[in-house]
Amino acid sequence: MRFVFRRLGFFLLTLWVALTLNFVLPRLMPGNPALAIIGKFRGGISPQAVKVLEAQFGVGTHQNVLAQYFSYLGNVATLRFGVSLTTQPGASVGRIILDAIPWTLGLVGVTTVLAFILGTGIGILAAWRRGGYLDSLMPPVFVIMTVIPYFWIGLVLILIFGVKLKLLPYFFSYTYTLTPGFNLAFIGNVAEHAILPAFTLLITTIGIWILTMRNTMITTLAEDYVRMARAKGLPAHRIMLDYAARNAILPNLTGFAMSLGFVVGGAILIEEVFNYQGVGYLLLQAVGNDDYPLMQALFLLITVAVLLAILLSDLATAILDPRTRAAG
Amino acid sequence: MATLRTPPGASDTGPSQPPGPAAAGLPLAGGGGIAGARSLRRMGRAITANRKATVGVALLVLFIFVGLFPGLIAHDNPQAEIYPRSLGPSAQHWLGTTSFGQDMFAQVIWGTRPVLLIAFGVGILATVVAMLIGVAAAYLGGAADGTLNVITDVLLVIPLFPLLIIIGSYLHGAGTAVMIAVIAATSWSYTARQLRSQALSLRSRDFLNAAKVRGERRLYVICVEIIPTMTSLLVAAFLTNALYAVLFSSSLQFIGLGDPNVTSWGTMLYWAENNEAFQTGLPLWIIVPGLCIVALGAAFALLNYAFDEIGNPALRPVKSMRVTKAGAVTTPDRHRRLRVKRTG
Repeated sequence: MRFVFRRLGFFLLTLWVALTLNFVLPRLMPGNPALAIIGKFRGGISPQAVKVLEAQFGVGTHQNVLAQYFSYLGNVATLRFGVSLTTQPGASVGRIILDAIPWTLGLVGVTTVLAFILGTGIGILAAWRRGGYLDSLMPPVFVIMTVIPYFWIGLVLILIFGVKLKLLPYFFSYTYTLTPGFNLAFIGNVAEHAILPAFTLLITTIGIWILTMRNTMITTLAEDYVRMARAKGLPAHRIMLDYAARNAILPNLTGFAMSLGFVVGGAILIEEVFNYQGVGYLLLQAVGNDDYPLMQALFLLITVAVLLAILLSDLATAILDPRTRAAG
Repeated sequence: MATLRTPPGASDTGPSQPPGPAAAGLPLAGGGGIAGARSLRRMGRAITANRKATVGVALLVLFIFVGLFPGLIAHDNPQAEIYPRSLGPSAQHWLGTTSFGQDMFAQVIWGTRPVLLIAFGVGILATVVAMLIGVAAAYLGGAADGTLNVITDVLLVIPLFPLLIIIGSYLHGAGTAVMIAVIAATSWSYTARQLRSQALSLRSRDFLNAAKVRGERRLYVICVEIIPTMTSLLVAAFLTNALYAVLFSSSLQFIGLGDPNVTSWGTMLYWAENNEAFQTGLPLWIIVPGLCIVALGAAFALLNYAFDEIGNPALRPVKSMRVTKAGAVTTPDRHRRLRVKRTG
């Protein structure tokens, strides 16, 4: 129980730090960024938006920093993030983000689950046949994959499959001329548009699952109980899955719980490259347009998702592995 | 031409940093010369014996040379828009020209320096911060340790890339120095944690107790007794931080958060993407800078793996493993696997 409370406390602390960073950063920068926006859109911003901006960036001088800070925290606590300034002028930030979330969850979420399942499976096989083709091919490939910028892989895939072969679409999440609706043609179109970004994401994230699974599994394969299972003459697949893999999968499972948090903000550059209108694409739109309220809300959303996932994975570890409970 | 040369101080810090022995020789002040030379020779042997290390060092040396003397290799001013636009590769323009009429080869060559500066700058700075915080936490213990630990952990879990994007957007075009400062300030936490646990494991060793009994000051103990024992970890930390700096800075420049007037691989990608390089028949504009990023990143990553392997024999590629033999009994394709093993 103590472990749970400690993790909960840590979660609250990091959340507070993220909120405070959001508040402090614009104030640390040379020249107040919000002043620039208000100057740029003189009269074009509703009084309500100006009020939120004041609290967020300290533009109005009638409040001291502490009072601004508390009114900012109050706004966040009641989910009042204000309205977008430039991306979709006047629209509420919450509304814009809610429109983007399903696209990201669909694309990145499905791909994350797929990468986890495939990667863990390959990792099990690689460790089981240590020194085999799969195992000797993997480390150099992994070294290369960790150093390729995600977005560049996306660009190269666009060149090959989109521009040269003209096989797959690579712009937006569906063909502009279609009307979104729940019909087969539209869903097929969306799926077709998701292939390239999903594949980019898959090949860039699968390596870590393979590697951790392989490495932990190699350790468990050397354990006495595995040797015992072999001595008993159990079938190979039972030793591999029930004896070795089952005991080696814990790091991958907690890693998976954590990676679910990165679904929301984990594919910023891939969404950008494919102009896929998810959360990451929206963040870069907001950055490009100096739309600070939208940008700040998105940063908070991405951070909270990650923090929640870390909390959950900590709790999952505590439930699955009694040793951590004792240590905590 | 003279104005295009590097200020010697700025680039000299780069190449001299990665080898650890300089730091390792430090504590032996008296006989340090011999020990330093010996560890240098040992280092040389380790590098030539390990294929990953050889490739990594060769790549890095190549890039450092290009970064130091870009003028020797590319004679064009990378920014000058003086040529016909969007030319294909030719004898005059090895990679063709951009859609602004700049020589692409010159851009790639001159673009090496800012990337290297960022890699080495962040590598050194973040490692130093990580070392100070990690060692201080472990050595001081108690409340100081608790506080530093919480700071490290908090920074560790906040998603870095979105944070860098936010900071970058307030800064409006971060030049090389700002980029180094921002990335180093946010990315030291991972290595700080590693260094702390290493320092913790040293805390009750005899040589530290001996130093305490001798009545040495804390600063002396930290700098002369603890830090030299962590040389290999520090090198690994430097390489990790440098690799992330290359990837982070290129990504930030690609989305337009760098200084667009600095010629570097990331900004090349930014301009290429903005001018639809693929659709206008200039794929090299995107492919070549990307490959450069990959090659430089691979140099750092390979060196990191190599240092791991040199320091930890368990990680070396398997030649003949008991585990494999045992596994071979249960699987039919034994002969095939044996042949593969010999090549590995």
